[in-house]
Amino acid sequence: MIPFKILKALAAPINQDNIDTDQILPARFLMMPRDQRYGTYLFRDLRQDNNGLKIPDFFLNQKKFAEAQIIVAGRNFGCGSSREGAVFTLVDSGFRSVIAPSFGDIFYNNSFNNGLLPVVLPETLVKKLQQFLINEATPEITIDLETQQVFCEATSLAKFDIDPHRRERLLKGLDMIDYTQQFREAINRYENDYLADKKWL
Amino acid sequence: MTKPKTLLDKIWERHEITINPAGQSLLFIDRHFCHELSFHAFNMLEKRKIRVRHPSRTIAVADHYTPTTGEKASDFKSSDRFELYNTLKKNALNHDLDFLGLGDQRRGIIHVIGPEQGFSLPGTIIVCGDSHTATHGALGALAFGIGASDVSHVLATQTLWQPKPKKMRVILKGSRPPYVSAKDIILSIICHIGAAGGTGHVIEYAGPIISSLSIEERLTVCNMSIEAGARAGMIAPDETTYNWIQGRPHAPKNDTWREALIAWTQLGTDEGAVFDKEHEIDGQLITPMVTWGTSPEDALPITGHVPDPLKETNIDKRANLERKLDYMGLKPGTSLEDITVDNVFIGSCTNSRIEDLREAAAVAKGRAACVRAIVVPGSGLIKKQAENEGLDRIFIEAGFDWRPAAGCSMCVGVNGDLVSPRQRCVSTSNRNFRGRQGPDARTHLTGPAMAAAAAVTGKLTDVRSLRRN
Repeated sequence: MIPFKILKALAAPINQDNIDTDQILPARFLMMPRDQRYGTYLFRDLRQDNNGLKIPDFFLNQKKFAEAQIIVAGRNFGCGSSREGAVFTLVDSGFRSVIAPSFGDIFYNNSFNNGLLPVVLPETLVKKLQQFLINEATPEITIDLETQQVFCEATSLAKFDIDPHRRERLLKGLDMIDYTQQFREAINRYENDYLADKKWL
Repeated sequence: MTKPKTLLDKIWERHEITINPAGQSLLFIDRHFCHELSFHAFNMLEKRKIRVRHPSRTIAVADHYTPTTGEKASDFKSSDRFELYNTLKKNALNHDLDFLGLGDQRRGIIHVIGPEQGFSLPGTIIVCGDSHTATHGALGALAFGIGASDVSHVLATQTLWQPKPKKMRVILKGSRPPYVSAKDIILSIICHIGAAGGTGHVIEYAGPIISSLSIEERLTVCNMSIEAGARAGMIAPDETTYNWIQGRPHAPKNDTWREALIAWTQLGTDEGAVFDKEHEIDGQLITPMVTWGTSPEDALPITGHVPDPLKETNIDKRANLERKLDYMGLKPGTSLEDITVDNVFIGSCTNSRIEDLREAAAVAKGRAACVRAIVVPGSGLIKKQAENEGLDRIFIEAGFDWRPAAGCSMCVGVNGDLVSPRQRCVSTSNRNFRGRQGPDARTHLTGPAMAAAAAVTGKLTDVRSLRRN
C-alpha cells in the first residue's frame, strides 16, 4: 500500500448527501477480478445515461475537475453496501482522499485498507470548500496527514480528527495482517481461555 | 459496585484480546460468513500463501448470484455467475469450510440461514462481507459488515482491529398498533434519526414494543440498522430468543445449553448504564410506511403525499429533492396511494422469513395480482415450510410468481432478477438507492403485507383498507 503523507491536488465537489456505494460502483460490476481496471466504472450511472452518453453536469465530466484526486462530498458519503469495490474504483481512478461531513462506517473503514484518506470536516466548512472549488480556475487544495490539516491556497482551513492507529497505518502504508501477526501469542492465549469458558462456541 | 454496562460493553469486553497503544481493540471473531463476492479475500490469502486459521468458524453460502428459478447449473442467468459460484465452492473446499451450495435445503440468504441454523448466537461477534450482517444482532450478538480486506484479515487471524463505537439506544414506548409490521417500525426509526443518524454508533433497540416482537420481526428491525447509518443493531436476548434458538442444528445442547443459558441471561444492559445518545419513539404513532425517494430515510406513512420541493427553503435541499423526484418520476403533492406500480418483490434478508410470507399470503389469499409479483423465500427450509403450510398455493393461485430457489434476488439484482429502467417496484428489501434494483429502476420499500396489497391493486396501498374489508 502506498503511504499517505501530504497531498496537493485538484479537488472536485459533489454537492449531494447520501452518495451510496451503489452510486460509486453499481452492483453489476462487482464480479470483476481486482486486477481489472475498476476505475472505468466509477460513478458509472451518474456519469453516463442509459445510452452511454456523458451527463455534462456531473463533475467528472467537466474539464476543470477531470484530473481531480480529491472529492469534497456531502453528508454520509459511501453509505450502504460494504463493497470494497467502491474504494477500489476511486483509488483506480486516481483519487487519494475524500472530504465529507460524515461517511458510511464500512466505507470509511475500507478506505484505510487501500490508502484512501477519508477526512471528516464540519458541514459548514465542507460547503465553503465546495464553493471555493467551484469559483477557482485551478481548484487545488492540500491535505497534510502528519499535521492533520486541510489547506486552501496557503491558509490552513481546518484541522481534522483521525483515529491515531488509522493515521499511522496510512502514514506508513502498514499491512494489517503482518501487523496482527505480531500479536500471535496474545491471540493464542486469549483463544485458549475463551474457548475453555465458552464450550458451546 | 461495578459500573453498569450495556449489552455492547459486555460483548466488546469479553472479545477484547488486547488494546494497542493507539487505543484500538483487537477483537476475537466468533462467526464469519462468506459468499460469492468473498473471492477478493480468498485471492488476498492465496497471494500470501496463508491458510484459514479456524475453518469451523466460517460458513460459505452462495446467495447473491444464485438463480431463483431452480437449483441447477442451467438455471444461472449467465456463465460468469455460475463461475463465481464455482469459485466460492472451490475456495470453501480448499480451506475446509462448510459450504452450502445448490440443492442443499439449508442454503439461503446468509442473514436468514445464520440464525436459522443456530450458527448465530447471543453474546458472539459475527462478521460478513455484507452490510446487512447487522441482522444477526437480533439474537443479542454484535454483528457487522466488513469489506474484502477485513474479510481476508478475519480468515487469516480470526480477529479484527476496531475502535470502540459509540452507543445509542432507541426505545420504542407504548404498544404496537394493529397492521404495523416490523418493517414499518424500522422505517419509522430511520425516518426519525435519519440515514446518517447512527453513524459511528451501535444501536440497541429496547422497550416494550421490541420485547413483544418475535425473532423474525427483530431480525427485520436489526437488518436495516445500516440504513440508519449504524454499523450494527442489537436486541438483548430473552426467553423469546432462547426458545427460538433451542434445538437448531448449531445451537448448544444438553449441559452446554444450560451453561450457555446462564451466560446469555447476564448479557442484557444493566439498569443505569449510560448511552452516548438515546431516542424515544412513541410506538403508538407508527403507521404502515412506504418510501417515496432514493434513501431509506425518505419514508412516510402510506396516507402521506409526495413532498413538494417548493416548500423547501434550503437551496441545496430543494435541488436534492428535485433530483430524487425526477429520478422516481413523481409529481409533488401526489397522494402516495395514487402511485401505480409495475413490479412487486417479496423477499430479501429483510423480509423473506416464514412470518413475512404468511403476512403476504394473508393479503394475497383469494385476490389476484394485476402486476408482475415475485416471491423469493429466504432459505430452502423456509420454502419447504411455506409449501407445507400451502402458502405457495395461495401465491400461485393469486397469480404471484413463487420462486423455488432462495437467494438475494431482486434486492440487489446481481443474479439477473432485475427491475426494468423507469419501472416502479414495491419491494420488501432494504434499499431504494438509485439503480439498486437495476439501472433507472424506481424502488418503494414496504413491509410484506403492503407489498402483497400493491400487487393485487396495482398501486401503493394502505394494507389496513384491504385487511379490514
